[in-house]
Amino acid sequence: MPLTRRELLKTTAAVAAATAVGMAVPEEMLAAAKKAEAGWRWDKSVCRFCGTGCGLMVATKNDKIVAVKGDPAAPVNMGLNCIKGYFNAKIIYGADRLTEPLMRVNDKGEFDKKGKFKPISWQKAFDEMAKQFKKHYNKLGPTGVAIFGSGQYTIMEGYAAAKLMKGGFRSNNIDPNARLCMASAVAAFMETFGIDEPAGNYDDMHFSDTIVLWGANMAEMHPVLWSKITNRKLADAKRVKVVNLTTFTNRCSNLADLEIIIKPNTDLAIQNYILREIVYNRPQAIDWDFVNQNCIFTTGFVDIGYGLRPKIDHPKYKKEELDTASREAFKIITKQEAVAMGALGYKEGDRMEMKHTGTAGNHWAISFEDFKKGLEPYTLDFVAALAKGDSEEPLEEFRKKLLALVDLYTENGRKVVSFWTMGFNQHVRGTWVNEQIYAIHLMLGKQSQPGNGAFSLTGQPSACGTAREVGTFAHRLPSDMVVGNPKHRAITEKIWKLPEATLNPVVGSHFMKIMRDLEDGTVRWAWVQVNNPWQNATNANHWIAAARDMDNFIVVSDAYPSISAKVADLILPAAMIFEKWGAYGNAERRTQHWRQQVTPIGKSMSDTWQTVEFSKRFTLAEVWKEWKIDDKNTLANVLDKARAMGYKETDTLFDVLFANKEAKAFKWPDPVGTGFFNSEAAGDKRNVEGFKGYGFFLQKYLWEEYRQFGLGHGHDLADFDTYHRVRGLRWPVVDGKETLWRFNSEYDPYAIKENRGKFAFYGAAFKEIPKGDLSGPKGEEKVKLPNKAKIFLRHYIDPPENPSAEYPFWLCTGRVLEHWHTGTMTMRVPELYRAVPEALCFMNKQDARKNSFKDGELVWVESRRGKVKARVETRGRNLPPQGLIFIPFFDEHVFINKVTLDATCPISKEPDFKKCAVKIYRA
Amino acid sequence: MSIDDKEPRMPERRKFFINMAKGLGAATMGGLAWTGFLDGKKVYATILRPPGAVSEKEFIAKCTKCGLCVEACPFKALILAEPGDDRPVGTPYFRMREKPCRMCRDIPCTVSCPTGALLPSLVSDSDELGRPRLNINLAKIGLAVIDRETCIAYWGIQCDACYRACPVIDKAITVEYTKNERTGKHALLAPVVHGGHCTGCGLCEHACVTKKASVFVLPRELAMGESSDRYIRAWEGPDEEKLEGLPEDTETVTPRSEKSPLEYLNKGDL
Repeated sequence: MPLTRRELLKTTAAVAAATAVGMAVPEEMLAAAKKAEAGWRWDKSVCRFCGTGCGLMVATKNDKIVAVKGDPAAPVNMGLNCIKGYFNAKIIYGADRLTEPLMRVNDKGEFDKKGKFKPISWQKAFDEMAKQFKKHYNKLGPTGVAIFGSGQYTIMEGYAAAKLMKGGFRSNNIDPNARLCMASAVAAFMETFGIDEPAGNYDDMHFSDTIVLWGANMAEMHPVLWSKITNRKLADAKRVKVVNLTTFTNRCSNLADLEIIIKPNTDLAIQNYILREIVYNRPQAIDWDFVNQNCIFTTGFVDIGYGLRPKIDHPKYKKEELDTASREAFKIITKQEAVAMGALGYKEGDRMEMKHTGTAGNHWAISFEDFKKGLEPYTLDFVAALAKGDSEEPLEEFRKKLLALVDLYTENGRKVVSFWTMGFNQHVRGTWVNEQIYAIHLMLGKQSQPGNGAFSLTGQPSACGTAREVGTFAHRLPSDMVVGNPKHRAITEKIWKLPEATLNPVVGSHFMKIMRDLEDGTVRWAWVQVNNPWQNATNANHWIAAARDMDNFIVVSDAYPSISAKVADLILPAAMIFEKWGAYGNAERRTQHWRQQVTPIGKSMSDTWQTVEFSKRFTLAEVWKEWKIDDKNTLANVLDKARAMGYKETDTLFDVLFANKEAKAFKWPDPVGTGFFNSEAAGDKRNVEGFKGYGFFLQKYLWEEYRQFGLGHGHDLADFDTYHRVRGLRWPVVDGKETLWRFNSEYDPYAIKENRGKFAFYGAAFKEIPKGDLSGPKGEEKVKLPNKAKIFLRHYIDPPENPSAEYPFWLCTGRVLEHWHTGTMTMRVPELYRAVPEALCFMNKQDARKNSFKDGELVWVESRRGKVKARVETRGRNLPPQGLIFIPFFDEHVFINKVTLDATCPISKEPDFKKCAVKIYRA
Repeated sequence: MSIDDKEPRMPERRKFFINMAKGLGAATMGGLAWTGFLDGKKVYATILRPPGAVSEKEFIAKCTKCGLCVEACPFKALILAEPGDDRPVGTPYFRMREKPCRMCRDIPCTVSCPTGALLPSLVSDSDELGRPRLNINLAKIGLAVIDRETCIAYWGIQCDACYRACPVIDKAITVEYTKNERTGKHALLAPVVHGGHCTGCGLCEHACVTKKASVFVLPRELAMGESSDRYIRAWEGPDEEKLEGLPEDTETVTPRSEKSPLEYLNKGDL
């Protein structure tokens, strides 16, 4: 069959697409495609960046990535990408890629905390890493070591790390950077629905009439999803309404019919206003059938602090920090708080003692009458005056906007989707604002239906797939299980083939707590994987000092030299996305796998390999002995039980956790990988320090073992090979079918199984709670609420730090479209670097004028914690109201997290990156 | 120094429908989708002069090559032409892809010019009391032109780096929304330049992520066409301004009309 070059290329693309969806391809076409592909090969993959989860096709030639294209067969993006995605082919080829292990050493080549980095062998790296680990682990026990994990881990990487840490080292001190991004969403999912992750999916964007953004700059942070929303608006411009609630004008405002500029933290008051309006003035909008059948009213404590250190005069605090720090113990009730919490009896000037910092998540059932009473103070007058964010906007205009917002939510037959990302999640009451948006949707019966629902968007490519579903959090186990639940530990021990009672029941340190533990010297060994904690965590000056000045050992695995690598003692070069087999799970529960496309660069190796290699350094006798965790908890010696299971004390964690009988049953080569590399299974052409491969298909084993956790209880995933035939599947995947809208009997087999009509909120967590009233839980009686979702009453409270005469501005941080997180990848792509070479200080023009700042002029931005220099910008993409500045965090030269405050939501422990007080002066 | 007080805090948000209408307009006008100029033919000089520059011919006559404007630029964006730059040596110009104009509100380059080659009056309007005040948004360094064939936003890639880099965002560059007919599920968000607001600062050209910039600044006389003086768009208010100073006499001579009626009627065969 004579074919022109162009036709040949077309055939190649058609074959690639057909193969990927499992279609039969005629022999002749296949042959033609082979001929065309002699030069390069296309294979499917996933974009490295955000939580959207765009499908990619990757072309390789002579073991190099030569090009990418959006995958036309991928349902999410249908061949499109944003500009970060456009540059996937370049991200692994940065000129300063880390290619060999580096350690701080002295002149003799020995580890020296004050030494300079020098290249060392992998052998020596693991030797020192294990030696340091054992030194601190033996002295401090399992709580003395930690892993900073990631929402950018592949699913298998996260699973391997969690298994080693929790099952091997019996430590729960593993927590991902997803703590900084999704933890509030998780906490609210668990408290409201008893199960994590969104009910809906991206098709909601095609079905809805109303898109309400609550702190989500989708135009920059989820560009491909934003183009879906824009398309929906174009399809029916009159009917479809877009609302942008934000603390400053951003690019979403351009499409929005209604832009509502709010004062930081007042989203909570606005939600309560909407609920009040529904309950008091528009009761006909309440879907009582839905509410009575599926919901229960609940509330919790208000005096829960701000997630700061419990010791408010901690010696490591600077003097300037003490005032803000004291809010963790008490606060003086302000006038607006007195109004908001009127139903609880608080008066202006009262001292609120933070009595429930340790039980912040506790909640109890209340009556509808109590719920209604609690909402009473949130009138339009009160909330409009409190929440208006732009001092130049007339109050009357703002009131009209709030009313218009309620109109949209309550209009009969109008479908509404509420989206949010970091505006809600990075919030000192992040869990609450998440819960309140569900409250609105549940009251109206606008939840879990096509085009109707509250939809939590995800920032990272596998915050859902790995951090949440695998459970690489300090309190979690796979598939929504938790370390605190003995049944969950037993299930995990069974699947992991661990002796009974191996797992540690005490919740480990969350991300910010690990930083504080390093500062306190209670954690002295930490390993950073796929993440840049020293740039991305709030109040960074403390953590930099802790890493460099204390007796501890910090290991950073990364592909590029980051701020975290710079503070580390040992740097391990990590393979990047296309250099390893992997899988990510996106924000709509879609799991997507890819194959290793090329050999990793230099001597870099995958994080999975690093974790598994490290496990070789430990015998069972060293880790499964007795450990004292705290005054109340001791982990028993389980070595006898291990022996009874056929293990020997001299077996290594590698033998038991990763290279066991089950693992070895997954053979390599495997048909799913024909023609592809597998550096873990078979080694590769580099022969890195003689590594010839494990001889079995490690990634497939990890996947197949992991998915056992979810089968049969709402988290079902398909088998490994299936994901290599399809463009991702939205779990639960039951009988080969994905689930589009969870909890809805039309779509969700688990809801059907409950056999209770249209909906079943079947999540299992927190489904037995006390009864009480607005003041607290009353009596011992517990209510069971199977298949019910909770409608929470949560009160407005001020943030711990507000602008003052000395620090007159609000500071908000976030991202820009052009750069990913801390810029370790995107700042190495010349085109993206050129497009946005530095982080700017976006400021209102009047503020600049009052201070005589010119555009482009360098200013100091200083808080009670630290300061950075940035250039003033009063024009362009972000236009803050007076009194607020926005500085993105991608630029290490504008190290904004030295300025931010490490207050967190007390329930989710997620820091609030969106508000603290700063002053600004000419540099 | 002065600051444009009249400009609202938030540049008037271009409403969705207006955008759609503008998009259509721009697509049919076509003038801003300029391609193919630099293909090897060096017919015109493409020199981008500082804000407030008088016409190129006059500029060459007035510029004494003193370099004060270059010295005044706080961002070192202005360049003094050197031999080999293909520009009159010693005169100031921009290379936008490397260092665009940062649009200082106090326009130090313009006000530093001692010879009138750069005239503050060309970048000034007046305040409430009628006093002249600098307004950098009036600068006409050049005009940004988009090559729609290579601009990835026109392919459907979510880019718009030029739009977000634009200091006159939502006026000089807007985003045009159209349905992506290929996917049926997404929209194209494509940048459109508006000549009336574009200052030619070049921040868009600098930010463009394609290999060679797909949006680039050209001197306005090269980049722009000119519509007929004798037609006023009924739907564009400012178009009426064209009437001011317009000669009353209309001259129309074509090869067909150059002969007088009598000459035509009486001469030649039928």
